[in-house]
Amino acid sequence: MDQKIAVQIDDLTVAYNYKPVLWDIDLSVPEGVLMAIVGPNGAGKSTLIKAILGIIKPIAGSVSIYGKPYSKQRKLVAYVPQKGSVDWDFPTTALDVVMMGTYGSLGWIKRPGQKEKKTALESMEKVGMLAFKNRQISQLSGGQQQRVFLARALAQDASIYFMDEPFQGVDATTEIAIINILKELRKAGKTVVVVHHDLQTVPEYFDWVTFLNVKKIATGPVKEIFNDDNLTKTYGINYKVAVNK
Amino acid sequence: MSNPQIEIQIIAAIVAMACAIPGVFLVLRKMALISDAISHAILPGIVIGFFVTQDLNSPLLILLAALTGVITVFLVEFIQKTGLVKEDTAIGLVFPVLFSIGVILISKNANDVHLDVDAVLLGELAFAPFDRLMVSGADWGPKSLWIMGGILLITISLMVLFFKELKVSTFDAGLSSALGISPVVMHYGLMSVSSITVVGAFDAVGAILVVALMIAPAATAYLLTEDLKKMIGLSLLFGVVSAISGYWVAHFLDASISGSIATTLGVIFLFVYLFAPKKGLIAVLYRQKQQRIEVSLITFLLHLNRHEEESERHINHLQEHINWHVVRARTVLDLAEKNNLVEIKNDIVFLTHKGLTFTEKSLEYIISNKDEKIEPMKEDFFLFRG
Repeated sequence: MDQKIAVQIDDLTVAYNYKPVLWDIDLSVPEGVLMAIVGPNGAGKSTLIKAILGIIKPIAGSVSIYGKPYSKQRKLVAYVPQKGSVDWDFPTTALDVVMMGTYGSLGWIKRPGQKEKKTALESMEKVGMLAFKNRQISQLSGGQQQRVFLARALAQDASIYFMDEPFQGVDATTEIAIINILKELRKAGKTVVVVHHDLQTVPEYFDWVTFLNVKKIATGPVKEIFNDDNLTKTYGINYKVAVNK
Repeated sequence: MSNPQIEIQIIAAIVAMACAIPGVFLVLRKMALISDAISHAILPGIVIGFFVTQDLNSPLLILLAALTGVITVFLVEFIQKTGLVKEDTAIGLVFPVLFSIGVILISKNANDVHLDVDAVLLGELAFAPFDRLMVSGADWGPKSLWIMGGILLITISLMVLFFKELKVSTFDAGLSSALGISPVVMHYGLMSVSSITVVGAFDAVGAILVVALMIAPAATAYLLTEDLKKMIGLSLLFGVVSAISGYWVAHFLDASISGSIATTLGVIFLFVYLFAPKKGLIAVLYRQKQQRIEVSLITFLLHLNRHEEESERHINHLQEHINWHVVRARTVLDLAEKNNLVEIKNDIVFLTHKGLTFTEKSLEYIISNKDEKIEPMKEDFFLFRG
């Protein structure tokens, strides 16, 4: 493979209260792939993303983003947390949440100005949320909230995007809108890593997949490794899925 | 008004403002209870600080006591992280221990220390003007005015400087951490400011009532606005209004000033809780009632739309068919008739043309569950949903 490696994970182990939730993960994510992380509940999918982004401290192992530790490469990385991880009754507007995507490049103390506002508005337009920019976030539907999160990640203007279940609780229209944006990101040469639950859509949406269940089961191109064998190894039961080859 | 009266009001207003700012973020972080814990747990810090400095207004005492507040937060998190108890239990375990250490320290040294538990818990604003800052013989005003003024100034500066960091770490700690804005640093920063404010204010309003000044204005403002800056502004306003009107309530009742201020805060909260235009209890109940009628109406019209046979549409049998109480059936029928959605001929209910259109649009809305579908209906018809 002559592709550049965007994310390199070596021997990563993460534990909560000394109980490992991720065990000795080795994983390379090539630049420019649209990768799904799949696995059963409690497999450590979200934890993997949080450990990559330094939100959770691993007890062993290392992560590098284009060859350097994450703390030195923050500006290359955008993050979409799970929608349920924040309080949507927080007193603010959709535009303000999207603006938060620009805080990383601003650094401490400096305030967002016209340039940041423009970036945020452009990002909102890309996800079709411009009309809702002044809407209170509590007044948005689940799908709209997810789009706001996606716009915020776009406002981070990164090379690598990590998304934690962006399709959770959204309707079909929003799902298509989101997947189109993900595909556009890939077209623009970005790397996108998505925690995904719906196995049916993996072959349609993604070109790369990682099977995870505390340990890494397999990683590679969807065409080569998305098969019953790996699904069974990951989910522990014979998991028949229609794979569109 | 005499000079001390004015001074008391100014001190009360400044204390209220200094408390309101960290209070907003505590409320938004769902950490209101931690302010209660801090306010109790600083007692040993105050006592030890008092042994060392012999001056309740010494900055060293304030820092020592504030440190106890931060230690409280740290201990609560430490116990919680073991996963053996939940956060509220951890809070309930930590602060009584620290508080009781303070109580024991005071009682052991009660003879030589001019400090008692009542004074710490309840404070006495009326005495604040007596302890004056004297610099080379000149009177610079009450000490607590300078101390709380200084704390307020620091709090405002920190809030203005780190507004964006406070906002993102409060709203989304995960993103904040990923962006390099450490939520842990922001958390302990806020806890330090809260602790210092509580310690600075306990002398004036008492450690318990500080909690009211922190939480009540923010909780009240939260019901009135959906904008963080306005929420802070309103909290400051409610704090100051309560402080000054509380003072006058105390003046006319000849009662405790801090007690009156806290009561005023409670009364203002209750008023807003009931009458806030969008989130108030009355508004919510009214909206629920409207929605209930609205849904009943649509159900009724759909029933008419589906049933051609006259027996299902007879005015006297309607409630049996839809299984409604007579009053409810009557209300809905009247509403439908008043809005020309139905007409009644020989006791048989018919959908009008308008009623038919309305029903079809409602169906579209119900099936698609899309807000766009109901938007035009709001204008054409009378729907209350907003």
